This record gives sequence, C-alpha cells and structure tokens, in this order.
Amino acid sequence: MKNNKVIQVEGLTKMFGDFTAVDAITFDVKKGEIFGFLGANGAGKTTAIKMLIGISNPTSGKATVAGFDVLTNPNDIKRNIGYMSQRFALYDDLTVKENITFFGGIYGLSRKRIKEKSEALIEELGLENVASQLVGSLPLGWKQKLSFSVSLIHDPKIVFLDEPTGGVDPITRRQFWEMIYKAANQGTTVFVTTHYMDEAEYCDRVSIMVDGRIEALDTPKKLKEQFQAESMNDVFLKLARG
Amino acid sequence: MKIKEIPAFAGSEMKRFIGFIKKEFYHIFRDRRSLFILFGMPIAQILLFGFAITNEINNVDIAILDHSKDNTTEEIINKIAASKYFSIKQLITREADIASVFQKGQVKAVLNFEKDFSKNLIKDHKATIQVITDATDPNTANTITNYINAILQQYQKELNKDITIAYQIIPQTRMVYNPELKSVYMFVPGVMTIILMLVSAMMTSISITREKELGTMEILLVSPLRPFQVIIGKVVPYIFLSIINAIVIVMLSIFIFNMPVQGSLILLGLESVLFIITSLALGILISTISATQQTAMMISLMGLMLPVILLSGFIFPISSMPMPLQIISNIIPAKWFIIILKAIMLKGVGMQFIWKETLILLGMTVFFIALSVKKYKIRLE
Repeated sequence: MKNNKVIQVEGLTKMFGDFTAVDAITFDVKKGEIFGFLGANGAGKTTAIKMLIGISNPTSGKATVAGFDVLTNPNDIKRNIGYMSQRFALYDDLTVKENITFFGGIYGLSRKRIKEKSEALIEELGLENVASQLVGSLPLGWKQKLSFSVSLIHDPKIVFLDEPTGGVDPITRRQFWEMIYKAANQGTTVFVTTHYMDEAEYCDRVSIMVDGRIEALDTPKKLKEQFQAESMNDVFLKLARG
Repeated sequence: MKIKEIPAFAGSEMKRFIGFIKKEFYHIFRDRRSLFILFGMPIAQILLFGFAITNEINNVDIAILDHSKDNTTEEIINKIAASKYFSIKQLITREADIASVFQKGQVKAVLNFEKDFSKNLIKDHKATIQVITDATDPNTANTITNYINAILQQYQKELNKDITIAYQIIPQTRMVYNPELKSVYMFVPGVMTIILMLVSAMMTSISITREKELGTMEILLVSPLRPFQVIIGKVVPYIFLSIINAIVIVMLSIFIFNMPVQGSLILLGLESVLFIITSLALGILISTISATQQTAMMISLMGLMLPVILLSGFIFPISSMPMPLQIISNIIPAKWFIIILKAIMLKGVGMQFIWKETLILLGMTVFFIALSVKKYKIRLE
C-alpha cells in the first residue's frame, strides 16, 4: 500500500523572509491518479510545485517524489518526472522534430528511441504535415498538446502540469484532457494545477490551497457534499472567500 | 560494476551535451539579428575604423627650412617634391617661422636642413635633417615621418652606390603637440577587444535571459541536466564563434591594413581565448541579474561597452586621465587585454613580459565565474 504512493508530502513549508508562501502542507498522491492542485493566484501552488520538482529547497518539512527525497536526491527526481509549465516552453525557432529530438536528448534517450518516439508522437498528434515546420508557426492549441507530449517523452512516473490549458479554446482543452486520461490510464501519475473549475471535476482527487495551506482535499464528489455545493466552482468560492 | 557504469554515463552525458550545443547553433543561425551582430558587425567595425584611420597619405603640404641651400639639399627637396605624397607649400627662412606655420595649420611637416649640409656630408660622411611633424593627428604624423625617412634612405642608397665609406643622412624626427603618439595602431587591438566583449558577453547574456524569459530555462532546470551543464552548453557555441571572429579580425588587420603582428600568433590566440572566457563569465553574471533580454542588452551596452570604449585606453590614453579614472580603469578587463594585444602585436614580446596582465585577467575570470555561481544558487533557492 505504501509503495503505491508516488508523492508523499509532510509539513512542507517554504518561507521567503517573513512571508510563508507554503505553510506546512501534508498530502500524498497515488500511482496513476489524476491529482488536481487548486488554489487562487498567489495561494502558493507554483512554489509548492517547484519544491516537488526539485528546483526549490523547502524551508522545512519532508517530501518524497517517485520514492526520492526532494532535499537529498533532487536529481533522481528529475529523471523520473515530466514537467510542463504554465508558460509555453518549447523552442519557437526549432521545428517540431528538432524540439522532440532536443528534449529526448537531454533526458538521455538513445537516438533510436528518440526516432521511434518522435514518429509515434507526431502521428498521434496528427502533426505529420508540419513536422518540419518551426514550432512558432503552429497555433497555440497544437503547441500545448505537443508540449505535453514532449514532457512525457522519457516515460516519467509522474508528470507535473502547471496550468497547462491556460488561454486554450474549449475544444482543445477537451482534447488535452483526453490526453491526460490516456497518460493516467497507462500508469502515469498526473499532478495538475488549473484555474478552470470544470477541469477540477475531471480529477480523481482535488486539493484546494488557500494562503499557503491546504484547506480541503478529497474527491470532487465528496468535496461537493462536504461544502454542500452544486459544483467545484462553488466549493472553490466558499473556501477562497473564507 | 561501478567502473563499468562510469564510461556509459559519461558517454550519454556527452551526447546530451552535443545535442544541447546543436540546439544552441540552431538558435544562432536562425536569428538574423544575432547573426548580424556576430559576423556583420566585426567586419564592418574593423573596415570602418581601418579606413577612417588610414595609413595612406597624399599631397601632404610641407614647408622647407634650408639653412644650407647646396646641391645635395636641392636634390633631396626635388625628390620629395616629385613624390605624390608631398607638395612643398612654403620655403621658410627662419627657425621662428616653424611654430607659426604649424599654428596657422598651413603645413603638416617641416623639413629643417642643417647648415653646411653638403659640406658635412663630404667631410664627416654625416649630415642631419630635422623632420618636424604636427602630431595633433598622431597617425598622420607617424606616416609622414615614415615616408620621408623612406625617401631619404632611397636617396642615400643612390648616393652610396660607388663609394666605399658610406654617406649617412640622419633624419632627426620631432613630433610637436603629441610626442608620444599614443593612439597609433591602437584601433586594431581596441576594436578586437570591443568585438570579443560584445559577442561574448552581450550575446551570451541575451541568450541565457531569453531562455528565462520564454520559460524554457525552467524546463531545462527540471530536466536531469545540471545547472552548470546548461550554462556551459549555452556558452560553448559562443566560444567557437568568438574565436572565429578573432581570427577574422586579425586576418583583416594583417591583409587589408598591414597591421604588423610581431609576436607569436599562438600566444595571441591563447590570450584571446582567455579574454573570451573572461567576457563570457561577465555575460553569465549579467544574465543572473537581469530578468529580460532588454535588461541584459542594456547592462551589457552601458556596463561593458562604454567603459571599454572610454576607460580602456582604446581611444583616450589612460595616462592623461584624471587620477580617479586611472584607478577605475584598472578594474576593466579590456584595459589589460589591450595592453596584452599591443605587446604581442606591436612589440612582439613573449609571455615573460605580459604574465602580470595575463594573471590579472585570469583572476578576474575566476572572480566573475565564482560570483555568477553564487548568484545563480541564490536565484534557485
């Protein structure tokens, strides 16, 4: 049972001077789960994620990701996770293929594996006709989907998505979530932050952060019961307004 | 087991690194602006400076003060007048007139033949001409002197053809207004310094901040690449390009402007690589303190270019600066590199004369790298 938990967080805290950005949060995430990490802007989501992916050191508390401690083994964590940030993060001046090859390369994939991966990925996304075009010329929705696929290129155990669907049209959002489900079905744990409350409904479990603390954590269904709310949107508003 | 693992690991690390550098070259070659700064600018600058400070002189007005008025002086004067380089504007008769013709700006040089020129030449096999030049434009003054000397030597050779004891015409050169000729040949070392600084520091700081601005830096830091690998990967292409630039500049200087390189080319190359690394370290440092490409560019231009142009001794001689500025000039890496370049190119000296400057540059490089590592860590916290 314990091995089933790919993320375990206990009392994780981050202070910037006197300001407590993340205040002793405790939770865990199971393998293959889609875990929604919600909170208003400035609630501390991004800071928390940065600690989990090993690019920011916690002030106190403990966390293990993919079985490795964030304080002592951040480099082992990096090998086992994928990450897609809220800002689009492929290279606009590289072609679709070159981007895939580059990111496959920095994760240490063999040339053969990169070739297989990039062919499969391009076919899956239907990008055959634009594979040799610069990514900058693609519409945003395509870029986001490509960016997500690239973050999965090394078959990570966990993928962290920080507001992946910001600024994307509803149809693309829908397709994006289909990709998320597919990844989760294949056993990848998905840790996702979002502003769209309808997306929160798609998650297996949801945590809601307010002022650096996790104020609620459960399945969307139970949260709605607990807060006697119609939708996740209502749950969120009730919590965020205190 | 362990031993086996290490080479495999190193191999994949190397592949990763090469992939990274390849990507960096894509960035550079697909961006017209950076390509222009990289290769257009150096060539444009060196040609501009080169032709603006040209060594060619034509029909320069000179004055003659002939105390002797004999056959020999007449022959020499005729020779000078016949050359296309000089035209004799005035014949003056008194020493006092020298200052006044210079002050009026009528001539660039005065030839002063000593009394009994011919007689001395026959009696002592030696006679003296004073070549006085207006060195407010030091480059021209130097060139004039060289040309006149050449004409005199030519004449001397003809004179000595069938004579056992050679006649010697001794030109005594005197530069008025700027006797030390501080800026002669300064432009090549100066331009080279500016370009290497510009390419290395500005381009790297911009390319690193660009990754920060686009959010790709975050992705790279989350990848298994270590932060120092990311930085080195970004810097290596610019080392290559800067070395190519240095070679282009030296070639242009030698073949188009006849700049002498007296010293060892290998030493010149090594010192250039050192200065390139100094500049790259500065570029990394700038990238750690600037959030956007614009900021990086402004800091590079204002913080590096201006001091290099104004305080390095490139244009304004350091020795004539006020004391506080002279002291400040010591912390500018370009100053030391210009000294090194001048020493190797013009004086042809070896390491034993420039080890101090080299050591200073090396120290600065280590300091900048240490500082950026520290800054970089703070940012990651």
